[in-house]
Amino acid sequence: MNIYRTLAVSRKEARQIIRDSRSLYLALGIPVLLMILFGYALSLDVNDIPVAVWDQDRSPQSREFLDQLTGSGYFRMVFRTENYKKIVQAIDDNTITLGITLPHDFSEKLKKGRPTTIQALVDGSDSTRAGIAIEYLKVIIATFESDVKLAELNRQAVLARVRQPVDPRIRLLYNPELVSRNNIVPGLIAIIMMVIAALLTSLTIVRERETGTMEQLISTPVKPNELIVGKLIPYFALGYVDLVMVYLMGEYVFRVPFRGSLLLMFAASGVFLIGALSIGFLVSVVAKNQFFATQFALLATFLPTFLLSGFVFPISNMPDVIQSITYIVPARHLITILRAIYLKGAGIEIIAFPLFMLVVLGFLVSSIAVRKLKKKIQ
Amino acid sequence: MTTNEREIEVYASDLTKVFGSFVAVNHIAFEVERGEIFGFLGPNGAGKTTTIKILCGLLKPTSGEARVSGLDVATQSEEIKKNIGYMSQKFSLYEDLTVEENIDFFGGIYGLSGEKKEERFQWVLGMAGLTDKRDIKTGDLALGWKQRLALGCAILHEPPVLFLDEPTSGVDPLSRRDFWDLINNLATEGITVFVTTHYMEEAEYCNRLALMNRGKIIALGTPRQLKRDWMPESVLELECDDLMTAAELLSQDQAFSEVAVFGNILHLVAKDPEAASARAQETLGEAGISVLNIGEVTPSLEDVFVTLTAKDQENG
Repeated sequence: MNIYRTLAVSRKEARQIIRDSRSLYLALGIPVLLMILFGYALSLDVNDIPVAVWDQDRSPQSREFLDQLTGSGYFRMVFRTENYKKIVQAIDDNTITLGITLPHDFSEKLKKGRPTTIQALVDGSDSTRAGIAIEYLKVIIATFESDVKLAELNRQAVLARVRQPVDPRIRLLYNPELVSRNNIVPGLIAIIMMVIAALLTSLTIVRERETGTMEQLISTPVKPNELIVGKLIPYFALGYVDLVMVYLMGEYVFRVPFRGSLLLMFAASGVFLIGALSIGFLVSVVAKNQFFATQFALLATFLPTFLLSGFVFPISNMPDVIQSITYIVPARHLITILRAIYLKGAGIEIIAFPLFMLVVLGFLVSSIAVRKLKKKIQ
Repeated sequence: MTTNEREIEVYASDLTKVFGSFVAVNHIAFEVERGEIFGFLGPNGAGKTTTIKILCGLLKPTSGEARVSGLDVATQSEEIKKNIGYMSQKFSLYEDLTVEENIDFFGGIYGLSGEKKEERFQWVLGMAGLTDKRDIKTGDLALGWKQRLALGCAILHEPPVLFLDEPTSGVDPLSRRDFWDLINNLATEGITVFVTTHYMEEAEYCNRLALMNRGKIIALGTPRQLKRDWMPESVLELECDDLMTAAELLSQDQAFSEVAVFGNILHLVAKDPEAASARAQETLGEAGISVLNIGEVTPSLEDVFVTLTAKDQENG
């Protein structure tokens, strides 16, 4: 490999990238757009569930229950009413997800130690949201219930204060608030980098072939590996700009805590980037025309990356065969690495295996691309 | 080596290229001397481009041998690429780069650097007449300029052999002539030029020509030789006062194999020009038509080409 020829290719490719301002805007704009779309849309947390209440009892007890409900942070009181129809109507026009009716004998029955009822109307059209809302409601009712029981027991007991027999104290490590965004953003970075990197390079070779410049190139002493590496360098730089941008968005827009080493994160992502760009090259070498190249690059990267990387669907739940296939999906390894660095502050010894896999995959794909190009030329 | 003594730059012997069941190049042989402009003339699909690609090391021959500057095309294609310039049929520079950037790129690819690169850069700009257009985007240049720039980029590294595959297709006649002036200059400097074309007038510029049809060389020689050897009948030009009557009279005469009106003159094709001339004057004299002028003209390469390919088609 001749370094001067390689650099001549890089210089030319960089000039073409800069001159093609529309593609440049896309290359820089798409990651930001995807980050915003997915970052906000893919939040699995349910907060501020809108609630309407018909408190028929209007007692200190009923007020206490409602305080616990709204004080939890999961529910937000939209309005109080004394009309059942209004609750149903509000669910229909999506102003509330949950309607709660406390019966007029709510406090009376509690005082007598008899079971009382709470009616909850839930909008089931979004089953995930409805399920989560019901779970939250159950927890709040259970807490309220045990508080009432404890108060009653404490009133009766003369000598000793009674405690709950079991008081579970669960402490979540690494993502204490269980904010799904903290988990999603590192994964999102991997997905975006994969798709954008493959898209960036998917046109480079096939465009040279379509415009006829390839024919000129192959009559010169430039070799396939010089061509691939030379083209890789400017796209690698562009990919890094994208990487820094999505990282900064994670930090300042989504406020995802970063606990690990920045250097390690950017180094591992760089290794990943080489592999992802090489996939684009491979597509570009094989593709018949530019249109096919972009479509194929999108499909070939987005689908496996989205489905098999563990981004949304946990790999541990997949059948064994599928699980072994996920090892050849580069994003799977980057997601493991990024989540470990972001959430656990992991060092190199912990991410050694996925990093090794990225090196292997990158080397494999890039050498296949060079070999295919060599074959195509001769 | 005898080839070096005779300064043979391009040499092919029994060269054959087969694609599947299609024989694109069929056992051809030729030699091109240093400083010669050697033309390949033939219809589309005759095998011209395939031959050029083999010689440039872009395609491996199926059988036979070919050498460029003493290098074997089958085994030394990498070395050959450093020693040749190649200009393909399609304009193939980067249209989104400027003139200067294109030259810079090809200079880098051919391993030029420092002073040498600057010197060749200036030379190409001067040669192509693009000195004041160096910052213009290549895509905005007229085709004639583009062609000259492509030529410049192909000879940046001063290759001893230059391959041009239909270099002037689509270029206006004036630019074409300018282009050929450049080619002639290069040849006088000792560069061997190997060119394919289907423009007859362009073929006239070549020192020697190989006529190709269906993968085979059907004739080879200087344009003059080809016309002499392959055009056994002569063409007479005749001027007279009553062109139409004359054409009618003469076309009934078996002595002329063809009679055609070209503007205000007649073209007569016949085996023996002397006898035909006498016969025409006699016939027209009897009809009371006065002959103003009659004389033999040299047949064009087009005549030769049409005759030869037709003959080849009949034989095949």
